Amino acid sequence: MSGQLIVTTGEIGAIQILIELLYLVASVLFILSLKWMSSPTTARHGIWAGEIGMVLAIGGTLLNHGMSYHLIAIALVLGALIGIPLGEVAMTAVPQRTALSHAFGALCVTLVGSAEYYLRTPAELPPFLMSVLSLEVILGGLTVTGSLMAAGKLQEILPQRPLTYKGQNLVNFLLLAGALAIAVSLVLHPDSRSLFPFMILIALTFGVLLIIPIGGADMPTVISLLNGYAGLSAAAMGFVLNSKLLIIAGALDGSSGLILSIIMSKAMNRSFTNVLFGAFGQVQAAAAAGEEARPVRSATPEEAAAILSAANRVIVVPGYGMAVAQAQHKVRELYDALSKRGVEVRFAIHPVAGRMPGHMNVLLAEADIPYDRLIEMDEINGDFPQTDVALVIGANDVTNPAARSDASSPIYGMPILDVDKAHTVMVIKRSMNPGFAGIDNPLYYLDNTLMLFGDAKAFVGSIVRELSGGHG
Amino acid sequence: MNSGSNLINALFIFVLAGFIGFEVIRRVSPLLHTPLMSLTNALDAIAVVGAIVLVGEHKSTLSTVFGFIAVVAATSNIVGGFLITDRMLKMFKSSRPAAEPAAKPVAK
Repeated sequence: MSGQLIVTTGEIGAIQILIELLYLVASVLFILSLKWMSSPTTARHGIWAGEIGMVLAIGGTLLNHGMSYHLIAIALVLGALIGIPLGEVAMTAVPQRTALSHAFGALCVTLVGSAEYYLRTPAELPPFLMSVLSLEVILGGLTVTGSLMAAGKLQEILPQRPLTYKGQNLVNFLLLAGALAIAVSLVLHPDSRSLFPFMILIALTFGVLLIIPIGGADMPTVISLLNGYAGLSAAAMGFVLNSKLLIIAGALDGSSGLILSIIMSKAMNRSFTNVLFGAFGQVQAAAAAGEEARPVRSATPEEAAAILSAANRVIVVPGYGMAVAQAQHKVRELYDALSKRGVEVRFAIHPVAGRMPGHMNVLLAEADIPYDRLIEMDEINGDFPQTDVALVIGANDVTNPAARSDASSPIYGMPILDVDKAHTVMVIKRSMNPGFAGIDNPLYYLDNTLMLFGDAKAFVGSIVRELSGGHG
Repeated sequence: MNSGSNLINALFIFVLAGFIGFEVIRRVSPLLHTPLMSLTNALDAIAVVGAIVLVGEHKSTLSTVFGFIAVVAATSNIVGGFLITDRMLKMFKSSRPAAEPAAKPVAK
């Protein structure tokens, strides 16, 4: 059978067994690789395990009988040349890089699936095989364009706000139904070759339309979901090629994407079905402007520094705005200055802080903030009432108490960091304009809240200067 | 070729691997969710083996061209994915072994 990784000819049986054994070792190494990711202390072993597994698997594949190597070599070198700059991007750009690599992975799967379809005779495409092959290229195709759209939005080449139009869900549903109808007819008549490109075309279009209505704030969920789709399409490819290694790798990637999607959707208070069908992005600017200006209290860097140095416990709540302002290194200086004075400083990390799961941790780790100071939401929320100062930098919706109390708020029910329970809350913000989602934040009008108006980087810098200048 | 038993074998592997994946990844520290995603991305690019076979066997122009692009795409994920995961993990440092920046709350 064409493209099969398993060749059944007798004389090369020994090599085949060797290849399969190498694949088995690679599978074990892949699982260990993920297992070691459970803690930062072992995580780097995980990379080694993954790399060795990868080398064994590719090496084993090259042992296959009757391969011509020069084209493979060119492709491998070319891929490596593209991969190196993609591995060197700035940490703020990791989300779009990840989306792009989902697109590449799905592109590989879709192309291989298509090639397999055209190489095989109808007799070699029994119903089950044709079904998984269709699943492979539909999932792959929509992940290619969907991920490119997500990368474009994250890179801000494409508009970040949700683009919605009337009948959007109907159009998407019809497209998906069309793709499935073609898949069914291909399963029944695998020789209707002319239909195949249309199935791919619909999947590609569907991917674009699926991501268009999704706003930038939902990107962590979208990336996780696309990750899951990419994994499932790779597993489907494993079924088509009868490759156990691929099924295992795909299943691991698929479950990773699924788990992260669930975590992200919980953190955004969206149901899991809501996520599965991609129907997110519904949070619109519900709280309209035009309300009376309520009084807020503001403070200068000197006052902020004085309050911070008098505190025993400080919790910093960073949001993506901190990264946009490139303020994380100044935040590190603040952490150092306060730690030197014996102030306990910790960082509260909301699951959706940043643009992808775990993004904020990476940004803070890059600024050399020790990871044992980065505390998850559930773990730190109980500590806010015993906290002297909560310093919010570039975060907004994840600190909005309306999510707890105001049933009419669009983010009602979303788990938040209970910043408002700290003795003093300080919020660094450019102005009183509502945030990304256009929702007003009652936190800013509380009696224990001080607004620190200014650019995050500049403001934190001035606080640090105050702390290091006036010893006191 | 016995496709029926192959299918059942494949389903067993898929379901069991899914369980392992779920249990292993559930334990991954939320600290490391970003490197986790870039790592699974690199591992997922093992799809390159299917593409390599397509290019190596050179059965038709279409399959060779598709396979070639697929190998390039997947290899860039492998190289880029491992590189960036390693870069990220290198940045995660604990406060305990080296500097000692007041780990305990100090009364003032």
